[in-house]
Amino acid sequence: MSTLLAAAQIKAPVIDYKELSPLFALAGGSVIVLMVGLFRSSFVRRVVVPALTAVALLTAIGLTIWLWEPGGQDPILEGALKVDALSLGVSMLFYVAGLVTIALSLRSTATLEAGHGEYYSLLLGSITGMVVLAEAHSLMTLFIGFELLSIPLYVLCATHLHRRTSLEAGLKYLVVGSVGSATLLYGLALIYGATGALRFDGIAAAIASDKVNAADPLLLTGIGLAAAGLAFKASVAPFHQWTPDVYQGAPTPITTFMAVATKAAAFAIFLRLFDQALGLSQLDWGPALAFLAATTIVIGNVGAIAQRSLKRMLAWSSVAQAGYLLAGVVVGTQLGVRATAFYLAVYLLMNVAAFAVVVARERVSEYGDDLRSFENLGTMAPLLALPMTIAMLSLAGFPATAGFIGKFYLIDASVSGDYTWLGIAIVIGSVLSLAYYLRVIAVMWMGRYEVEMPSVPPRRVSPVAGWSPEADPLAQPEVVAVAVICAAATIFFGLVPNPLFDVARDVGSALSGLQ
Amino acid sequence: MTIHLTTVLFVPLLTGLVGAFLPRDGTRWAALIGTLIVLAYVVAMLVDFDPSGGLQYVTDDEWIPELGIHYSLGVDGINLFMIALTAIAWVPCTLVAAFTELERPKLFFFHMALAETAVLGAFMAQDLALFIVFFDLMLVPFYFLIGGWGTGDRVRATTKFVIYTLSGSLLMMAAAIALGVLATPDGGSISFSLADLRAHPVALGSQEWIVLLFALAFFVKAPLFPLHGWVPETYRSTSIPVLALLSGVLSKVGVYGFLRIVLPIMPGGAQHWQELFIILAVFSILYGSVLAFSQDNIRLVLAYSSIAQLGFIVLGIFAFAGNGAQGALLQMLNHGLVVVPLFLIVGVIALRARGSESLAELGGMAFRAPVLAALFLIISLATLAMPGSGNFIGEILILFGTFENKLVYGLVAAIGVVLAAVYMIRLYQGTMHGRVGPAVESREIDAVNLAAIVPLVAIVIALGLYPQFVVHRTEQGTRRAIAPAVIVEKGAEVSVIR
Repeated sequence: MSTLLAAAQIKAPVIDYKELSPLFALAGGSVIVLMVGLFRSSFVRRVVVPALTAVALLTAIGLTIWLWEPGGQDPILEGALKVDALSLGVSMLFYVAGLVTIALSLRSTATLEAGHGEYYSLLLGSITGMVVLAEAHSLMTLFIGFELLSIPLYVLCATHLHRRTSLEAGLKYLVVGSVGSATLLYGLALIYGATGALRFDGIAAAIASDKVNAADPLLLTGIGLAAAGLAFKASVAPFHQWTPDVYQGAPTPITTFMAVATKAAAFAIFLRLFDQALGLSQLDWGPALAFLAATTIVIGNVGAIAQRSLKRMLAWSSVAQAGYLLAGVVVGTQLGVRATAFYLAVYLLMNVAAFAVVVARERVSEYGDDLRSFENLGTMAPLLALPMTIAMLSLAGFPATAGFIGKFYLIDASVSGDYTWLGIAIVIGSVLSLAYYLRVIAVMWMGRYEVEMPSVPPRRVSPVAGWSPEADPLAQPEVVAVAVICAAATIFFGLVPNPLFDVARDVGSALSGLQ
Repeated sequence: MTIHLTTVLFVPLLTGLVGAFLPRDGTRWAALIGTLIVLAYVVAMLVDFDPSGGLQYVTDDEWIPELGIHYSLGVDGINLFMIALTAIAWVPCTLVAAFTELERPKLFFFHMALAETAVLGAFMAQDLALFIVFFDLMLVPFYFLIGGWGTGDRVRATTKFVIYTLSGSLLMMAAAIALGVLATPDGGSISFSLADLRAHPVALGSQEWIVLLFALAFFVKAPLFPLHGWVPETYRSTSIPVLALLSGVLSKVGVYGFLRIVLPIMPGGAQHWQELFIILAVFSILYGSVLAFSQDNIRLVLAYSSIAQLGFIVLGIFAFAGNGAQGALLQMLNHGLVVVPLFLIVGVIALRARGSESLAELGGMAFRAPVLAALFLIISLATLAMPGSGNFIGEILILFGTFENKLVYGLVAAIGVVLAAVYMIRLYQGTMHGRVGPAVESREIDAVNLAAIVPLVAIVIALGLYPQFVVHRTEQGTRRAIAPAVIVEKGAEVSVIR
């Protein structure tokens, strides 16, 4: 009897609580925030809930720093997750994006309409999904993370309940996202079918062995479908069509979060799945993905030129940036991984600075996020115009900003990886992008001087602001602070990039199999 | 005497930053003092410079080891006078701007200061990536200076200017990275230091397309036919002090790049395109001269004359002869020194013609403004390369160099010298002499412009009398810069160059 029992016993995986601790902080925080949000006191909802969310994120940041260790790590939970510098480094980006989103959401009406507890709980839930995705080391956890990331985001996009475009954005994102998920799932199933392994190291070993032909149609179809599914999330062309509509429709703090965090998560798994699990068949998927990257760069930049709405413009620009980032994945080298990681961090800084200014302006301006609401911002509110200018210059790749170094690094990686033409594509994309980035700067600094200036003294806007173009930007200090800090960091890392390079090197060392 | 190039480099930026926090009046004085400090430093450097000493005052630190980018500065015969030109040109332009009513003066002078730092950096850089950083950084302040303080359709003009220039320089960046990667020895780490790049020449086939992309960037900046599309609009919309710098100094950064980077590092590639570049240069000389002759707007006369002058300079460089490069370098300096006062004079003229810059509405100013006319005459004669001027010596050397290697092109280019006389005399006569133009209310030049222009005229005259001052200090540098290309031209092995 007892022998039978012993034989029937399922071997439970060892739970590595230490490595999982950031996930616990996030998931636990999500539940606590949801519960606390049920209190009726306005103080609790307005102050305590965001504060608790921030505490959860800060705890996760602390734990991440504690866990930080460069080099290749062993997977945990029977190979389900891998907590290494790649996942930890990218997780930091999620946490920072989360903190930024909290700051930008403080005065947003979205939190009020959706309920504070729900809003912040969903935010933490989505971050949990991102962390799982970044740590995924098996096809199964990959998909779980992917869905956990996406579903809260679908809801968050629609939190501006009174605005039809917000609801539309949520629905559109849900439909397109589900197609992406289904495609991804099908691709993962085919990869499993071809290699017989769920774990990434198993897949790599299977491809390395003689059993699986690297040019096996089953495997290649699986890779193609998986790439397409991930491309939906990363808004890589031609799977980007949802991006401008959803970015424009969603509440701007959520757009900010999507733009920077979702992209980072998608590229983290791109790196791990393609450069690690499928690294050996790079010769097969490399050219195809390179072609996608080049297409994305061109489509994103051309699409952005025609936009008047800043949110749409930044959406198209984020498509273009996805193309740049993909170049780092394509080459499948250490240098490529580092360049991608570096650019993800830089991308976060410059986009957050830009989006924060958009948030500040659209709350007070009659024209919302239209270019007109930025007219003469240089004289009216230099504290907003300067971060925006720096963000635009950095996105366009001017020197003395982090964007320049990031692009330099990516081109370096492309050229070293024998994809010189992709480096040229990045350059051509940058040239195209000047047309719309410079326009924003011109509107802010070189507008007509005879434009009517407000004659009434500045007045403070209420937390939920209507139209008041003469509003003092300092009425929303947290938004201005986010913009200024990110812009300052953009300049700082443009002049002293070495700390970021050290982190990128650690991240690269996590994928130790690469050259 | 120790001269820290870093100090020279960042003094303008620092004063610009300080000025931004001073009251309105303090800003312009801070900017002016910044340019004067740089000038004082550079004068000390000119005196101290050792003509036979190679690269001097070297600063070499690692900036971004991961990318192989060094913060590496140095001065030798090629850039000594380019740095001097920058330091000299910025003083009068800042002076004139300081006494003009400007909107948002703090921002203006900050951008002026940033521009000086960027240009100085591009001239001093001894690392290819650092050169590109400064080369592109120049665009930021000029983008704002043209777009924020220009006239007419300035936003369009400045956008066009930046897109043109940055298209070129971003392609150059890609080419530079490729050069760095290809030059990396097996197992070694990447380095963009010019010395390292010189030590590891890349294959001829790669050199050819890399040189082409570099030339694209440099020709746009110069500007040379057919990449001058940005010129008319930009010249028309830019305010005078900024335009003087744009035409006098910025245009030299591109051609300087040939001497600093292309010829020493990729002599084979340069040789491959020699014929094409010479044809472009000669065509630019003729095209610029003819257009300069047919323009009505006095700014555009100078704009197209610059294209012709830059054509001469490129011709001199690609003649691959000691005289030619020497003359080109001399001409880079001379052209900068005459164009800056010329544009300042254009500003003075426009003030006396109710803002009109059309030759049809100008004329007869000399009668009431003899000093202005005299200064203009001296500068005009120098520009058309009158014997006794520095420009004469520069052009003669360029032509000698060209005759030596490419006789036919030299003969065609010599026509340009004649044409220069035609358009400059037309410009001078059309504004100063003849019937008093309908828009003209002539009066003598004001003290500020006088203080800005007279020292420049004095320098032009001094260089005409004693060009040895420049030639002596630059001889070694230019010879070393073109030596690899000369060897390739003469059919020797590339490896000998090292």
